[in-house]
Amino acid sequence: MRVGELFVIIAIAIAVALTSCSGGQRAPTPVVLRAAGPAELLAVSEFDAISNRADRSRALFGEVARVLRHPRCINCHPDGDSPHQRFAMEPHDPPVVRGPANNGVPGLECTTCHQTHNQQLTRVPGAPKWQLAPIDMAWFGKSVGYLCNELKDPKRNGGRTLAKIIEHVSSDELVGWAWHPGADREPAPGTQAQLGALVKAWVDTGAECPEERP
Amino acid sequence: MKIKINGADQTLDVDPEMPLLWALRDVLGLTGTKYGCGEALCGACTVHLDGHAVRACVTPVSRAEGRTTTTIEGLAGAQKHPLQQAWLDLRVPQCGFCQAGQLMTAAALLAVKPKPTDVEIDQSMAGNICRCGTYTRIRAAIKRAAGVSDEGNSK
Repeated sequence: MRVGELFVIIAIAIAVALTSCSGGQRAPTPVVLRAAGPAELLAVSEFDAISNRADRSRALFGEVARVLRHPRCINCHPDGDSPHQRFAMEPHDPPVVRGPANNGVPGLECTTCHQTHNQQLTRVPGAPKWQLAPIDMAWFGKSVGYLCNELKDPKRNGGRTLAKIIEHVSSDELVGWAWHPGADREPAPGTQAQLGALVKAWVDTGAECPEERP
Repeated sequence: MKIKINGADQTLDVDPEMPLLWALRDVLGLTGTKYGCGEALCGACTVHLDGHAVRACVTPVSRAEGRTTTTIEGLAGAQKHPLQQAWLDLRVPQCGFCQAGQLMTAAALLAVKPKPTDVEIDQSMAGNICRCGTYTRIRAAIKRAAGVSDEGNSK
């Protein structure tokens, strides 16, 4: 998936270069972004090579989506009533349900097992406000374009402005857990600060979205 | 640290990261709460913190500081908890090892949902494992304690 998204980014960059070519002029050299490793995020400055603002914005979101679609994030943004777990995004064990407030049901709440910090001995992950994202914020199984439009829509992003979205991804403690998941879990790529910078750059370039696929 | 367990104030001189279950069983001698899997996957160690069910095997004892802890030993008042009476009436336990946890989870459910539906019972009890397979009797006993008819369900 990550490799596929990388090619999407590169394809966008190439398309930018090709579509900005006007008749009679020599085609500019296609923009090819560096291939990011699975544990890193491209820096905002690396997208400067894409001269078209809207295309740069879409490419930036492609990098943001690498985090959103990482198991550390997407596992608790299910499109149903139960979360997933582990890198393979298996059904959560025990079989918990979201409940009316997205924090479980009486007797089996998220915080019945999850603490405010990772448990070293028992490996149970934890962070403040451990809970599921509301069903309106489902990310599991969604395309990059869908995620992009969802993130911009106050009806599906917790009523947040884009400025609040930047603040949320940059500083929220539960979001931040994705880079400090404890035990032997693979963190989300890059850092929370890098994600915040990418989201800000995406917003500053018009918060453009890739084409939404089903 | 000072914690309140089953209505009594207790002072513990332990590592704040010690699992609550260890403090209950090994330090305070409250052995009604059982060690099952040690990974919050079976529910045998379920107790209440301020009425909310928690798995004591993965809960640092420091989380209990400033909160009210209730174990199976403190579930009943002067009389048996309605769930305990229903458990006896319907002879729910087989080996019994998981039943303290089953009761504590069921009590947390009934405190919020006094008349739970079958689905609500199943969702709340889904994380409490019983290797003897007493699930249908557990559900029937919860409904009996809640005063909900169990007609039509297999026993």
